[in-house]
Amino acid sequence: MNGLTKIALAAGAVGLIGAAIVLSRVERPPMQSVQRGFRGTGMDQIYNPRMFAKTASLNQAPASLPQAGNAGPRAGTVYKNVQVLNNVSVGEFTRLMVSITNWVSPAQGCAYCHNTANMAEDSRYTKIVARRMIQMVQHINSDWTSHVAATGVTCYTCHHGNPVPQNVWFNGVGDPGTGPIKQAGGFSQLPSGKNHPATAANDSSLPYDPYTPFLEQANPIRVAATTALPNGDRQSIKQTEWTYALMTSMSQALGVNCTYCHNTRAFSDWSQSSPQRVTAWYGIRLARDLNTEYLDALKGVFPASRLGPNGDVAKVNCTTCHQGVYKPLFGVSMAKEFPELQASTR
Amino acid sequence: MEYQNIFTRIQVHGAPQTGPALGKDSFPRLGNPVFSSLLGYFGDAQIGPIYLGVTGMAALICAFIGIEIIGLNMWASVNWDVVQFVRQLPWLALEPPLPSHGTHILIPLNEGGWWLLAGFFLTASIMLWWMRTYQRAVALGLGTHTAWAFASAIWLYLVLGFIRPLLMNCWCEAVPFGIFPHLDWTSAFSLRYGNLFYNPFHMLSIAFLYGSAVLFAMHGGTIMAVSRFGGEREVEQITDRGTAAERAALFWRWTMGFNATFESFHRWGWWFAVLVTLTGGIGILLTGTVVDNWYLWGVQHGIAPAYPAVFPPVLDPALTAAGGMLK
Repeated sequence: MNGLTKIALAAGAVGLIGAAIVLSRVERPPMQSVQRGFRGTGMDQIYNPRMFAKTASLNQAPASLPQAGNAGPRAGTVYKNVQVLNNVSVGEFTRLMVSITNWVSPAQGCAYCHNTANMAEDSRYTKIVARRMIQMVQHINSDWTSHVAATGVTCYTCHHGNPVPQNVWFNGVGDPGTGPIKQAGGFSQLPSGKNHPATAANDSSLPYDPYTPFLEQANPIRVAATTALPNGDRQSIKQTEWTYALMTSMSQALGVNCTYCHNTRAFSDWSQSSPQRVTAWYGIRLARDLNTEYLDALKGVFPASRLGPNGDVAKVNCTTCHQGVYKPLFGVSMAKEFPELQASTR
Repeated sequence: MEYQNIFTRIQVHGAPQTGPALGKDSFPRLGNPVFSSLLGYFGDAQIGPIYLGVTGMAALICAFIGIEIIGLNMWASVNWDVVQFVRQLPWLALEPPLPSHGTHILIPLNEGGWWLLAGFFLTASIMLWWMRTYQRAVALGLGTHTAWAFASAIWLYLVLGFIRPLLMNCWCEAVPFGIFPHLDWTSAFSLRYGNLFYNPFHMLSIAFLYGSAVLFAMHGGTIMAVSRFGGEREVEQITDRGTAAERAALFWRWTMGFNATFESFHRWGWWFAVLVTLTGGIGILLTGTVVDNWYLWGVQHGIAPAYPAVFPPVLDPALTAAGGMLK
């Protein structure tokens, strides 16, 4: 065996290892497909039944405690410092408090938010946040039926038994494997917000934080030309990559393909889209509303340990509620068993 | 007889071939020839010597500078972390300049100046390598077909990274230098300009690309099938048609009524391959400059059919009153 042969064999071995790494990330067949659009348009949903079984088991709605009824004295007259739920019956109020403990802090109990020696006291930041979050749930259920319809949401929709929902995001944070992206300064190229593994965009090299510009700020999302011939539209390909990353994050959040909402031959054309695209359109505005009006506004309340590397609060995106499912908890409405979470806040 | 066939386990190792003597203006050929039995299974067992010459060495130096600029900027983008450089390498890139710089060339290095420099040196390298393929062909007394086929690929490269950005008046329209980033850029290009599949020149390019693969399979299959009659010596069969050429021609005339000749087939292959990038480059050149949304263009020209409605009517929520208030 001479030198060149050894080099060739070594190259072959490296190639085989590379192929093994690539193949280890590939899902094995068979897949299941569900046709939704007109035949031949490719508007199908492709599911991996093995991965779907796992997602399904993680997204089952828990049983609700039996309702306590609206009779009896009001919580606001019996307890001190009840600011949001003061018009709810004491029985229903207590039931909601126990439910919130089950949904949000099952391991930590009431003491996660309350000083158990004086439940009325606002000494813990978690209590102030929780109060604002109850108002947020009421706001979603009463003002955002364009997205949540009559199904509504509860604390459990996002929290799933965790004090901090598992799927939240911070400004400018990409790949969790590397944390915040650090680039050398000097005269090397400036950060472009992309060209690193982007967990948000299905491990592509697309922008790794598509949430800040669209789900916190209100930058334009539409990038495709609206006329056949050039008509002064200066939207760039770079800009398109940001929209592309946002859309990919939504596809992952809901566990669906692009074709759940779009006919991919003309992504921008509403007349060829599914009604779900309208729901998703409102969903983007809903997330933006919650992030700016409720979460960013709580910045002063959270301790530094709860803030992101750039000092911002944890925010919501589509995954926060959907958690890989086209409808959170497969469309089971927990909210309808908690009428106090439906009250209008306007 | 076996050693004359492409399917052979016999390798004949003689004295290495050094090629004809070079003119006195030429650089020397570099390296002592060696033999590799393993490579001998796939092609000629002799490796080297190689002739670089002025253009070859200049091309290698330019390529080194270009790749160095790209690689160092990629490394800087992971803060000089070696582990992350290796781990993230397929994701890393050198981005084209910001849109605000238009087509200026005197721009800050960190805002796209590096991209311009890398592009300049890579383009210089490719052009010098093209000159080299041309000169080597002439030096051997060959036609320059290979150089012109290479030129067709360079045309697509120049359209993507130079000519079209100039016409669009923005370097930002060009491709990033990176493995995954240039693929994501390709998808974004089609999304921005309304689906490249409705671009007729894209259609042609795909047809020639797939056609090239079909032609190559037909040709490889035909030659191997007649190699038992000496068919792999194609050039001899072109000038002096023997039983291999006769049988190959007969095979195709029997199966599809028409046959290319041993000579013309290579023109088929050359043109199909050359037209892949020639038509592709035209398609890219027209995008954004002459046509802004290929799908809508396709609708106007009757190549994008309408399908029956499956969903209830869907309206753009930004146009309705409630949606309009939400932006």
